[in-house]
Amino acid sequence: MSDLSPMRVVTALIAIAALIALPFLASGATLDIANQILLATIGAIALMLLTGFAGQISLGHAGLLAAGAFTAGILAQEIAAPFWIGIPAAALTGALLGVIFGLPSLRLRGIYLAVSTLALHFLVVYVGGEYETRRGFSTGILIDPPVVFGFEFWDPVAWYPVLLFVAVIVWLLARNLLRSRTGRAWAAIHDTEPVAAALGINVARTKLWAFVISSAITAMAGALFAYYRGFVSIEAFSLFVTIQYVAMIIIGGMGSLLGAVLGAAFVTVLPHAIEAASALLPSSGGLAGSIFAMNYAAFGLIMIAFLVFEPGGLVGILRRIGGKRGTR
Amino acid sequence: MQLVANIIVLSAIYALISCGYVLIYRVSRVLNLAHGELMMVGAYLLLMTASFTSNPMVAIPVAAVLSLTMGALVYLLLMRRMTGESVLAAILTTIALGILLRGLIVIFFSAAHQYPAVPLGIHSSSVQVLPGARISSLSLILVVVTALVYASLFAFLRLSRWGLRMQAAGQNPLLAAQRGINLHAIYAMVWAISMFTGSVAGMLISLDAGLDQTLIMIGLKAFPAALVGGLDSLLGALIGSLIVAAAEVLLIQYVNPLLADVVPFLILIVMLVVRPWGLFGTREALDRV
Repeated sequence: MSDLSPMRVVTALIAIAALIALPFLASGATLDIANQILLATIGAIALMLLTGFAGQISLGHAGLLAAGAFTAGILAQEIAAPFWIGIPAAALTGALLGVIFGLPSLRLRGIYLAVSTLALHFLVVYVGGEYETRRGFSTGILIDPPVVFGFEFWDPVAWYPVLLFVAVIVWLLARNLLRSRTGRAWAAIHDTEPVAAALGINVARTKLWAFVISSAITAMAGALFAYYRGFVSIEAFSLFVTIQYVAMIIIGGMGSLLGAVLGAAFVTVLPHAIEAASALLPSSGGLAGSIFAMNYAAFGLIMIAFLVFEPGGLVGILRRIGGKRGTR
Repeated sequence: MQLVANIIVLSAIYALISCGYVLIYRVSRVLNLAHGELMMVGAYLLLMTASFTSNPMVAIPVAAVLSLTMGALVYLLLMRRMTGESVLAAILTTIALGILLRGLIVIFFSAAHQYPAVPLGIHSSSVQVLPGARISSLSLILVVVTALVYASLFAFLRLSRWGLRMQAAGQNPLLAAQRGINLHAIYAMVWAISMFTGSVAGMLISLDAGLDQTLIMIGLKAFPAALVGGLDSLLGALIGSLIVAAAEVLLIQYVNPLLADVVPFLILIVMLVVRPWGLFGTREALDRV
């Protein structure tokens, strides 16, 4: 990260310029996809911290997103809370759930931990669904767009700078966290727990921290998603969402923040790309119904391809290309 | 009485599915989260064979043989490549496989609710099993098949040469390999058997209740049963299925029907907190993952 080769600086500048210019050039629909990428980036960074850096497997990511979205939705619905209460409240809920999600990790490792977070996912989804039916919002909860100084955030153009800002903040936060004592402790427990403990790291506390921080960020992303869509429904947080986030960090490349960003972009754009591609095909009438299915199939296939052939993910590919050029 | 009958049928379903999780985990220490999808594929194989022949005595065995073959192929073509990779990578590969299969099934068979029983001319009738309790005839068959499958699995693992080799591979792959046991053959076989038992469950369920993607959820709900009993114990899977099924039926009856999808996972969480290795599982299995 520290080497500032001209190549890297130029790439970074181009990326920044593109990010700033995007809202002036892109259409509303494109900007909506960009916003979805930014939201996914926030969630993917959170999962990357937990799985990619601290080495704790979680299959409860959709549950945490749902928890954040529902906290914001319920507060907006029940006490008409504005977003500046809703978002911190969601982060707080996430942090609390993080402790609960993290507790099994103190005793369990590997698949058992994966399974316990999976079980918690179903629990959160159940509670959300129960709330929807009890209160009579069987299709979902509506949330008014956030208002700041009389300005309503409702279209993708207004949201883009906000989400970009939050994503950048989360990225910087994650980067600095990884360089701190906590981040190094995560790396240590990722490698071997007994050695980490011997080095004087409080393994239990470090693990819980990883879960708390990751979950708080995830829930915040969930709340932002709720405000952005103006609508919360438990249908939007199926197990497939968890799988998508896990896929983001695999496809991007484990143990890399850039990987989280690339993975988020890849996974978000994929369904749109498939839709565009199938629209180009001549007899798309019969295919229209199975676009959803084609997404699933393509998604599974790509995930398998990365797991089997390129475990380093997109970042791994980038590094290899960089290595071939002889920059190293 | 009706409740007792319902519990027995549901636990038979869970038991028939969960032995697939146990077999694969016990022999190769891989958690197969695509089991629900593989089971669904088995049911769709029956739908496919049923479109060629209306004789169930042909269609069902052919579909069963196809599912055995497919199970072995899943290992040989995909899971074999994950040997030596991390636990996480192996689980994720099975998840990815599941997603792929879901998509492929909708592309080839459509997402509509279909009835393989119709072309085969199978009609389910209601049978009096206990005083005051009736179940469908196919449910009765399912209970009998589950009993048969478990009996033959126990016999196979304890008595046959290949069963003993499987046990050896599960206990210590390195030593097993040095004794001349072909690990890849063992693993391929266990994937085949696991998909076979899952497919039988899928076929019987779909003959009774029709067939669509909700079958995956049933497959996933059978997983807590396997874990409650202990992921490496067949007896545990049986007992675990009984516990999960009983809790599910009773809570749906007396508390809230919406609990149906969450009860198995609630039990799972309790079990993970109290005794993560399950009722009959070996404790050391925890450290090996």
